Amino acid sequence: MSIWYWFCDFIPLELLRWEFMRNALLAILLMAPLFGILSTMIVTGRMSFFSDALGHSAFTGIAIGCICGIAAPLWVAVIFSVVFALLFSFVRSRSNQAADTLIGVFSSTAVALGIFIATLGGGSFTKYNKYLIGDVLSVTPGEIGTLALVLVGVLVFWCLYANRLTLSSIHPQLASSRGIPVGISQTIFTTAIAVVVTLAISSVGLLILNSLLVLPGASSRNVSRNLKQYHLFSVVFALIAGIAGLVISYYWGASSGAAISLVLALIFAVTFCLRKARA
Amino acid sequence: MKLFFHGGGCGDVCCLRVQNLSVKIGSETILHDFNMHVHCGELVALIGPNGAGKSTFLKAVLGQVDYDGVIAFSSPGQRDRRPRIGYVPQSPTFDPGDPVSVADLFACCMSKRPAFLGLSKTMRKTVLECLSRVHGEDLIDKRVGTLSGGELQRVLLALALEPLPNILILDEPLSGVDVEGMGVLMDMLDEIRKTYDLSILMTTHDFSNLGRYADQVVLIDRTVLAQGKPDDVLSSEAFQKIFHRGGGK
Repeated sequence: MSIWYWFCDFIPLELLRWEFMRNALLAILLMAPLFGILSTMIVTGRMSFFSDALGHSAFTGIAIGCICGIAAPLWVAVIFSVVFALLFSFVRSRSNQAADTLIGVFSSTAVALGIFIATLGGGSFTKYNKYLIGDVLSVTPGEIGTLALVLVGVLVFWCLYANRLTLSSIHPQLASSRGIPVGISQTIFTTAIAVVVTLAISSVGLLILNSLLVLPGASSRNVSRNLKQYHLFSVVFALIAGIAGLVISYYWGASSGAAISLVLALIFAVTFCLRKARA
Repeated sequence: MKLFFHGGGCGDVCCLRVQNLSVKIGSETILHDFNMHVHCGELVALIGPNGAGKSTFLKAVLGQVDYDGVIAFSSPGQRDRRPRIGYVPQSPTFDPGDPVSVADLFACCMSKRPAFLGLSKTMRKTVLECLSRVHGEDLIDKRVGTLSGGELQRVLLALALEPLPNILILDEPLSGVDVEGMGVLMDMLDEIRKTYDLSILMTTHDFSNLGRYADQVVLIDRTVLAQGKPDDVLSSEAFQKIFHRGGGK
């Protein structure tokens, strides 16, 4: 962290005088490529609603962790989210219901369970606001370290599995005929999303997490012609929105997560207007 | 479920032998007492009414569904290895919005280098060589979702031919292709078969090209009803009964 603080000393911006802003900027620089990359596959695989449901399940996991008196409820949430994701994949592979219907079933169950546990015995819901709204400005060096590890893990995973995941998403039957275990690939990706969503929930917040996982990829899809452009634009859009949102929230005194989401929405609107330029 | 190489049986020219095959999905029997041979270098057309089990049979050959009976391959010089099957799926549809180019599709299937990093020069050259087999070099940078039915079939055919398979399987390759495109595609398959001495197994609902291109036609309706030369099968009693025709070609 001291290297990063030393680097920030050379940037002549007033907002970087504050340590919490330096931490937030570093967290954004780590989260942007993380969400930008994952967003491409979530959009291609039509999993945007699913990532939202995972956020809800993570909240339930946190509630369970708190009620059990565990010091770090986030890790309980990670375990709960992974179980949730695996259970969803299992039911989806054995049900003839549409995926969005099953997501609705799992999502509403997870939310209901979370609220039930959180308010059990007349408990207060206030302490969970951190996870619902989130605040990147309060991110700690420890959380930044976790984000850095997750980013490295996702990059390694992406280099190894991106081709198989892409083919499984765009044409499962063709992927299967090429010897790719489609079900296993999708389960691995689902689990990876569950871990990332849950670890990011405290710094970003549940309510806007989904926009960060969907909008960069959706915007990039408007203007990309191949996978290279798709990934590149998605990461760049996430970076622009992250930095711009942080600056806006600093000067206007608004929620940083909401500001980031609104900038992303603006980028989507612009790319939507430019989409015809794509051949 | 047995899938293995066999040596001989029909004079070492039999590329695929199916014996007493049956497939059940749930409690429903999709295929039963299914027997057929595909000889090396032959183009075999599998025909039958909707729901006859054509796609299920292909899935069984591909190992995508459980089955009882024997599906055996013979491939000179490669007896210890699983057969390479080139497969072109039925009505392959891609989302027009997917930012996946033809080059990306090849890279995802053939390269260990992540496609999102872009294609290496060597890989791009290989993709162009593959596409040249189907006269489709100009399609390399097009998005797969924007290809016409005929163009997409050619791209998937080129993909199925790399690496060169022991047998090429096409599920309804002519569906979604216009009349002109059908002729182009069938000519291409014929050229590929002769160039690479490749066995081709395809399902089709179009009987107009069978006499010209197919060596053998197999009529099925959950089991094999008739098989042999195109003229013989198309004029058979079973064919007329199923399609209510006067043996029309």
